[in-house]
Amino acid sequence: MRRNVLPGLSLSLGVTLFYVGLIVVLPLAALIFKAASLGPVDYWSIISSSRAVASYRVTVLSALGATAFNLVFGLALAWVLTRYRFPGWRLIDAMVDLPFALPTAVAGISLTALFANNGWFGSVLSELGIKVAYTPLGIMVAMCFTSLPFIVRTVQPVLEDLDPALEEAAQSLGGSDWTIFRKVIFPLLTPALLAGLSLSFARSLGEFGAIIFIAGNQPMSTEITALLVFIRLEEYDYQAAAAIASVLLITAFVMLAVTNLLQARALRYTARS
Amino acid sequence: MKIRLDHVVKTFNTFRAVRDVSLEIESGELVALLGPSGSGKTTILRMVAGLEFADGGHIYFGDQDATDIPVRDRGVGFVFQHYALFPHMTVQENIAFGMKVSKVKREKAAIAARVEELLRLVRLERLGDRFPAQISGGQRQRVALARALAVDPKVLLLDEPFGALDAAVRRDLRRWLREIHDELGITTLFVTHDQEEALDLADRVVILNEGQIVQEGTPEQVCRDPKSAFVTRFLGDANRLSAEVRGGVAYADGAAIAADGVANGAAEIYARPGDLDWSAAGPGIAASVTRVLDRPGGRRVIAVTAAGENLEFDVEPELAVRAGEQGFVTLRRAQVFAAS
Repeated sequence: MRRNVLPGLSLSLGVTLFYVGLIVVLPLAALIFKAASLGPVDYWSIISSSRAVASYRVTVLSALGATAFNLVFGLALAWVLTRYRFPGWRLIDAMVDLPFALPTAVAGISLTALFANNGWFGSVLSELGIKVAYTPLGIMVAMCFTSLPFIVRTVQPVLEDLDPALEEAAQSLGGSDWTIFRKVIFPLLTPALLAGLSLSFARSLGEFGAIIFIAGNQPMSTEITALLVFIRLEEYDYQAAAAIASVLLITAFVMLAVTNLLQARALRYTARS
Repeated sequence: MKIRLDHVVKTFNTFRAVRDVSLEIESGELVALLGPSGSGKTTILRMVAGLEFADGGHIYFGDQDATDIPVRDRGVGFVFQHYALFPHMTVQENIAFGMKVSKVKREKAAIAARVEELLRLVRLERLGDRFPAQISGGQRQRVALARALAVDPKVLLLDEPFGALDAAVRRDLRRWLREIHDELGITTLFVTHDQEEALDLADRVVILNEGQIVQEGTPEQVCRDPKSAFVTRFLGDANRLSAEVRGGVAYADGAAIAADGVANGAAEIYARPGDLDWSAAGPGIAASVTRVLDRPGGRRVIAVTAAGENLEFDVEPELAVRAGEQGFVTLRRAQVFAAS
């Protein structure tokens, strides 16, 4: 190995690898191992059971919906927080982190109280014929709440670092505000947006605490995959729990790989020749 | 296009960045705005561009009052100090940007042809497919210039265009910019804090201090006839000696310099390092050498007078002079200003 000027490589590398192995790789390996002990036929029948498939559908669709909503709203929030200073700016900026800090169960209970038919939002919405609590829409609301900070916090620093001269240059070349956003700002935000997107989606896929209060948890309609895993676990059916969990794991992994690829593509221009 | 600034004022919060500046730039002229940082030169340039709006006064492009026209409709080409190239677009795409977003629709082929032409003009024919991160600083600045020229601006504005480049590249690029200007004949205004760059490049130099124009003229005029101590100091190294003016002559310790038109009383004599002569025997201003700096073309001597004032001057490379030696300095040429 080449001599390195920075000291402590072997020690820090050793500690890091040990830590990653113990905390990240080992549990995942155990999960795969447990699921693999089923044999392919059983494994397939468990993960393709109609109840499991229904849970995938509601989880993935809600997560997609929540992520799409957060993409727009999170980008807008990040934009406002970086571009403008207004009274209460600091408060709003701090509140963005609240979903990170708040115990998810607290979030779930408060959302349920708000959106229940007699709650503040729920009573108004039910008059309009919209039911949120105990429907997939409720799942989406909970997912939105818990994953909002990801998009805001990944986009915000990039937006802050954006050289104002880029926009001025585009203006001096005759670009309209919308053209400048579309052709200059948005492409430069894309890598950060993708990162935020994948984190937000992954968090939504795995979210448990905030959702189970508001979801109603009816098998086949409002039962999320994470809950199904939990139920199997409660039934001491560790193998089935591991099998279903492995589907979540693989989904998250594939998605991370895809967004990393997209990100690398979007960042092609930074590579030196 | 002729540009005229008429009593332009700009204040940021309480900082008076530009105080009542009036200036005319003739069509086809290349003018430098020269001043130290905080002198308001960049603010003036940005107001001409429309990136900043004047609090008072007017800016005319030809006969048209352009004071309130936004930058995108003003028809100026602006080159930024740090290039401001779009990092996610290739060199070609950067140059084509203005033509693509313009309200005037252009054929794809026409745009491509114009990009080719501009790449030739800035001598970057082979680099069209590169991204800005893949080319050098000097090349980036040339791309920025090509991009600004692509929209056929009436006026070209450059904000410290060579400020971020190293010395050799700067020199090349400014000769080259002069050539491009002479070829295209576009009215050009550029900002710099580097007096050498301004004198090298511009038809006319406008010197600014604290938001006001302190002197303007051709490089020859401002160099030969600086109107104030500030201009003298700012244009290049100058030795300063305290003096006393009596009846049109400035007297310093061991020197008497003609000072026509300077009022009696305390004054300052300014002399360039090249205008001082050194001799071991008098007459002259007595001084002792504190340091000798060897340079390729000669020797720079730093000496201190009896009054404790530092003098710097150049002597022949062969002259044997050492720190601690005593001698006399005479002034071949100097300027006298009343003490401020």
